Order: sequence, then structure tokens, then C-alpha cells
Amino acid sequence: MKPLRIFDQDKSGARGQSCCAPSRSRTGLADDTAARHQAAQAVKVIMGEKPRWQTGIMNSASGLVPIVSGEWSRADRRGQIRARMGSFRMDYIVKPGLYAIGRPGASSEIFVSANYKLSFDILRRELAGISGWILVLDTKGVNVWCAAGKGTFGTDELVKRVLAVKLAETVSHRRLIVPQLGATGVRAAEVKKRTGFTVCFGPVEASDIKEYLAAGRHATPAMRTVRFGMARRLILTPIELNQAMRKFPLAALVVLAIFGLQPSGILFYNAWYEGWSFLALALAALLAGSFITPVLLPYIPFRSFSVKGLVTGAAAVVPLVLLTPLGGPSWFLKASEMTLFPLLSSYLALQFTGATTFTTISGVKRELKVWVPIYIAGLAVSAVLIVLHKIQSWGLL
Amino acid sequence: MKYLKNATTLQYDPGKCTGCGKCTEVCPHAVFEMKDGKAGIIDRDRCMECGACALNCEFGALSVGSGVGCASAVIKGMLTGGEPVCGCGDSAKNTGCC
Repeated sequence: MKPLRIFDQDKSGARGQSCCAPSRSRTGLADDTAARHQAAQAVKVIMGEKPRWQTGIMNSASGLVPIVSGEWSRADRRGQIRARMGSFRMDYIVKPGLYAIGRPGASSEIFVSANYKLSFDILRRELAGISGWILVLDTKGVNVWCAAGKGTFGTDELVKRVLAVKLAETVSHRRLIVPQLGATGVRAAEVKKRTGFTVCFGPVEASDIKEYLAAGRHATPAMRTVRFGMARRLILTPIELNQAMRKFPLAALVVLAIFGLQPSGILFYNAWYEGWSFLALALAALLAGSFITPVLLPYIPFRSFSVKGLVTGAAAVVPLVLLTPLGGPSWFLKASEMTLFPLLSSYLALQFTGATTFTTISGVKRELKVWVPIYIAGLAVSAVLIVLHKIQSWGLL
Repeated sequence: MKYLKNATTLQYDPGKCTGCGKCTEVCPHAVFEMKDGKAGIIDRDRCMECGACALNCEFGALSVGSGVGCASAVIKGMLTGGEPVCGCGDSAKNTGCC
């Protein structure tokens, strides 16, 4: 464990309200070394082993507050990549509570965040160079917007944290800067009524915070709007592909068994030759639905995600079926592939609605109402066509 | 980028609006604009039903049936007969959205 730096705000005289603050280090230990030792022990208890991004600890009316760095270490960057890839993001959390960045005092701003480590990391990176408080809510490791939608980043949790860390004693002002996307869960008027703190909805992006502060806590219309550019969409695709690929090995096994199936048993030659082609087409559909559609979203015609996915799926699969040997030997098989795979792409594209910033639940319901019957019918039709293909290949037709 | 036409349940009652401007502050898609001391809807189709405006309108001028615009959550809701709930953050029932 690295040595801890202690910034005692009482000694530096930077704190405004200190008369009735029952802070942990003021228990009669005048000796600086003893206080330092006590703080270090407390940190071990509170924080466990000190993470890289924590540079020290300071004393406040809220008790001992970890000081965090505005820098990202290699571990933070690796964590971001892992969180963007898959289920690692489920456990990527920081402890809820109050944190300090820089050397905050009684007049410093309070920035509210979620306890998804990536949300927290982005905030502290964007706050580098500023002194302020970061109040981390317990959102079960989910980012601000999604947590706000579920209500975990919400009025009750915010009120609870503000009271729990005795924020009113830590700062002299009565302002909380809450990310704008938190407004889905935070009712500003109620927070004011229950805590006395005014909620100022900050910009959508943490990267605009400095400009927002410089403008006297004013967000321009651009800062208030969610952007969903290609880079943003691209960064979301590994999760989509990961989800889609999860069922692929099992599906592959079934496909290989079906294609290998002969009146005399399962033949590996057929399983390999026809099954492989079929799976290659499935992969093409998967890429079309879970990668191409999200990335090229605004450039694909139609607003419906199912139709967008159908368009990309058909564009990817139909030429492969008709113009390359991948389509297989019979027209029954080709027809089956041309039915099944564009619909698979369509289904996967529809899944991306969950990651977008602009789809509505009403719209998704409307799409599903139309398309779920089509998916089921398509599945049935392509299954019948494959059976016909099998019967034909066995010489029974 | 816009989603389907007329796919929002957003309802606005101008009679109750006091012109506080909170909706323009919280809406992530610039659906509202202040005009002559009252909020006005510029483009309804930009609404994503996040519910921030209705939650933060102290005067009850706005209502919207909010929820996750996420297909796997809606499908799961259909299958289980419950409300569509986004499973993110719960690895046991992760739906893959957000």
C-alpha cells in the first residue's frame, strides 16, 4: 500500500462550516503521525486495498473522503475495453459515497455520478484540473442514463446519499450538478424539498462540464442534446456481436447434425460441406444485423429497425446465395437460406434498439407486433424448405 | 436520426404550462422550445419516451408512458406477461441493452 497523503481542511483553514462537524480524525489525536496512521487504517477498512485512481484521503464533515485522480492508468483503460466487450461490465463498480477531486472546499461544486466505474472514470477524467466533490450513487453498477430509466439513479437514492454523507455540513452552498440524463430518474423539485439542495442539470456529456461551469452553469442547446454518431455506435457493436454469438455454437451443432443426417445415419462429409456453407451465411447475416446495421444506421433506408436489418441482411446474403457456391446444391436450400437469413439479420437489428438513444418503447412494441409473426412464419417456411431439400437429396422426391 | 412516425405517447397540456422551461432543460432530444413564455413542442417524433420531462414538470402539463425502447426487454415482458424491464446490471437476466 502506498503512503497516504492527508489534506486536513481544518488545518489549512479552507473549510467553511466546521463548528459541529463530527469528523473521524478529530478524536483528540493532536499528533500528526498518529492521525496519519489512523487515517491509513480507516482507509484500509473503508476501501480495502487502495485502487490506483485513488491518490489520497482528506478529512471533511462527511468523514474521510478518498481523493481521486483525474488521470487514467493503464488498468482504467483496460477496464474500459473489457467493459465494452461483454459481461465484465456487470461487475465494474466503485463504492457509492463521496469522493474528492483536486482540493475541494466548502464552495466547491458537487458532481453526482453513478457507481458504474466507467461513468465514474469518465467524470473524473473530465474534471481533471478542477477541485470538486463527486457524489457516487448506488446504481448497481449501471450507467447514469440506464439507471435513471430504472429509477436506481433516482430521487430517493440521491436524497439518501446527500443525507448520508452529510453534504449540508461539507459545503456551504446548496447546489448539486446532476448529469442531464439523470433527469429521467431525478425529480429536481422533490430533491429540493427533501434536502434543501437545488438540482442543476448539467450537460449530457461530461466532456462539456468545464464549458458549462465557465458559462456560469449554463448548458447550450447542443450540450443538452444526445448525439449518436458513428464512433458512438461502433463502440456499442462488440456487445451486440457478443450477445448474438453466444447462441452460435449450439446453433452450429444443430445445423451440422441436420445437414449430416442421412437415412443411414449422420455423415460427416455432408455435415461439413453443406453445413459449413450454411453457417457461413448465418455469420454473414449476424454481421449484417449486429454490426453493419448499427454502424451504418442513418444511411440504411427506412426508420423501422426490423426493415433496416432486413435490407442489410438481404444485401449481404442474397448475392452470396445466388452468385457463390455457398448457397448449396438445391433451390430448396437456396430458398430456405434467402428466407431465414435476412429475417435473422432483421431480428438482430431490432435488438439494437436497446442500445440506441432515440427509440421509444411504443415504437418497439409496434415493430414487434408486426414482425414477431413474420419471424415465426419465416422460421417455419425455411424449416419446411430444408426438409424438402433433405428429402430431395435422399432421392425421395 | 428519428424513429418511427407518431411512436410516442407524449401528451402536453399547454393550459397547465407556467413557462418554467424545465422541460427544455431535461429533454435530451430538443423536443420543446420556449415560445411566448410557454413551452411548445417542436417535433414530437424526436421524443424517445424517456420520461424526464413529465417527471420534472411540477405542474402536470406533461405526461408520457415511459419505458425502455429495447426489443429484448419488450419480448421478455411479452413472454413473462410482466412489464418490459431492461435487465442490464443484473447478470442473471441481462438482456444486452444499454
